[in-house]
Amino acid sequence: MGMTLAEKILSEHAWKEIRGGEIAVLKVDLAYVQDGTGPLAVRKLQEMGFSKVCNPQRTIFFFDHASPSPRFELSNDHAFLRAFADETGIQVSEIGQGISHQVVAEKWVRPGDVVIGADSHTCTGGALGSFATGVGSTDAAVAIALGKVWLRVPETIRVVVEGKLPVGVYGKDIILHLIGRIGAAGATYKALEFVGDTIESLDMAGRMTIGNMAVEAGAKVGLLASDDITQGWLNRMGRGKEFRKLSSDPDATYERTVPINARELKPTIACPHQVDNTKTVDQLGEVRVHQVYLGTSCNGRLEDLHIAAQILKGKKIHAGTRMIVTPGSRMVYMEAIKDGTMETFVEAGAVITSPGCGGCVGLHEGVLGDGEVCLATQPRNFQGRMGSPKSFIYLGSPAVAAATAIEGKIADPRKYL
Amino acid sequence: MKGKAWKLGDGISTDHIIPGRYFFLRSNLPELSRHILEYERPGFHDKVTLGDFMVGGKNFGQGSSREHAPLVIKLNGIQAILAKSFARIFYRNCFNNGIPAIICDTDRISEGDELELFLEEGKIVNHTKRETLSFPAIPPVMKKILDDGGLVEHVKKYKDLKLM
Repeated sequence: MGMTLAEKILSEHAWKEIRGGEIAVLKVDLAYVQDGTGPLAVRKLQEMGFSKVCNPQRTIFFFDHASPSPRFELSNDHAFLRAFADETGIQVSEIGQGISHQVVAEKWVRPGDVVIGADSHTCTGGALGSFATGVGSTDAAVAIALGKVWLRVPETIRVVVEGKLPVGVYGKDIILHLIGRIGAAGATYKALEFVGDTIESLDMAGRMTIGNMAVEAGAKVGLLASDDITQGWLNRMGRGKEFRKLSSDPDATYERTVPINARELKPTIACPHQVDNTKTVDQLGEVRVHQVYLGTSCNGRLEDLHIAAQILKGKKIHAGTRMIVTPGSRMVYMEAIKDGTMETFVEAGAVITSPGCGGCVGLHEGVLGDGEVCLATQPRNFQGRMGSPKSFIYLGSPAVAAATAIEGKIADPRKYL
Repeated sequence: MKGKAWKLGDGISTDHIIPGRYFFLRSNLPELSRHILEYERPGFHDKVTLGDFMVGGKNFGQGSSREHAPLVIKLNGIQAILAKSFARIFYRNCFNNGIPAIICDTDRISEGDELELFLEEGKIVNHTKRETLSFPAIPPVMKKILDDGGLVEHVKKYKDLKLM
């Protein structure tokens, strides 16, 4: 009997064949924490009595949430992490290097890897055909110390996306549409696997957006097969030799299949205060917006910035609306400076912040006040996430973000394309 | 041990439990724990007593992987969390920290009900309503972690993962 992609990767790491529903201890290929979950992970490591770690070359501390630190308490946390990394040889990705999930996709994740990250959006790595999943600080500490994790092998929900995407519709709209359909707990404990000709023709940026938001449907992992586009990405990153072609077997067993007709999709928005509270942009009515936020692990890639810049080129951001742009990594930032994308944003009146998680977590760089409305490209819109619990977060694609910045209200990007 | 029910709705996220605006307090857990459910349930920290129960609806603990959410629940003296369903990272984080996360029909529990948990027997006695709710057995792996006193204690004991 054939195996799903999840079963294949996990079997390789359990040293035996394992199937959906089984529980196994697995070898971890890459483990990382960020500056919000890392200090607790280090305290757990110390509590367990570990002064050495299993694989320091493939363990990374990311300084991406408070980047740079806006408070002395967080500066102290950073110092604590740096000191532990110095003692153990753990890799450090300093402030301004970028968001963990973006940087691991550039430098670390290989198709077929098991990746454990103390951040829920670790599932972004599924776009490269790796079993990448988010855990808490304790599980991450154990993965760092022992190079192992225990997991229940998930059953797979197969999402088949077919047809050419209409102009102005992107990976973000596919995943928002899916979450709206199956719900925020529609894939809890399961693997989501995305197949079909629409997925096959999506660039890596679109694929990462989809993998990133798998957790917003409750999924353990959001997997895509590795193919020529994955190979192209790894080549571009100077890691072409790390490519492996991986996919589910044709006769694999799926829990269920969700078909999506890409031709019928429209720009889609998640409304406050739940990611599954979705509407298409034409169903929305007038929503005045105070802040537009472009970036994050969901949509902070070069292709995302290009989509927004294409719409904003030669235009000005609406009076009374502000726009913040946070590139996902230093590499993205550099490329966007060199090709003029950043100039377009600055000319339009946007604020550029240093690469990192930026305003998404409500810590700094775009914190919302009482009654304020934000249209963000981030993956999550829970009440109070970006600051005041009396603020409102709508989620949409980079194209929606750009059109919204121009009009000062949530806008349909298709008329600009 | 008997305790009082604190009833919450569906989709309580880790952002509701302890929002990002208190990110800077994550290395100061006693101070962080004062802000638990601050907007959702003002005054929770001052009114909750040791051994109380947190009772939610569907998809409890969705969102961010921050383990500080179950930790502040524990520091506020909650003995167990009852919900119709849990988000997976939160569910693991609870057991890793020795907090039972119990899946049951919480529609039958009201705010302030006096509850008593019998973990081994798989039942919750609601003394206020004079009825007993049963729940499916905790998965053996989670039970093992709980019995060892959390994952840190487990690893200290075995110097390895010995869950099966």
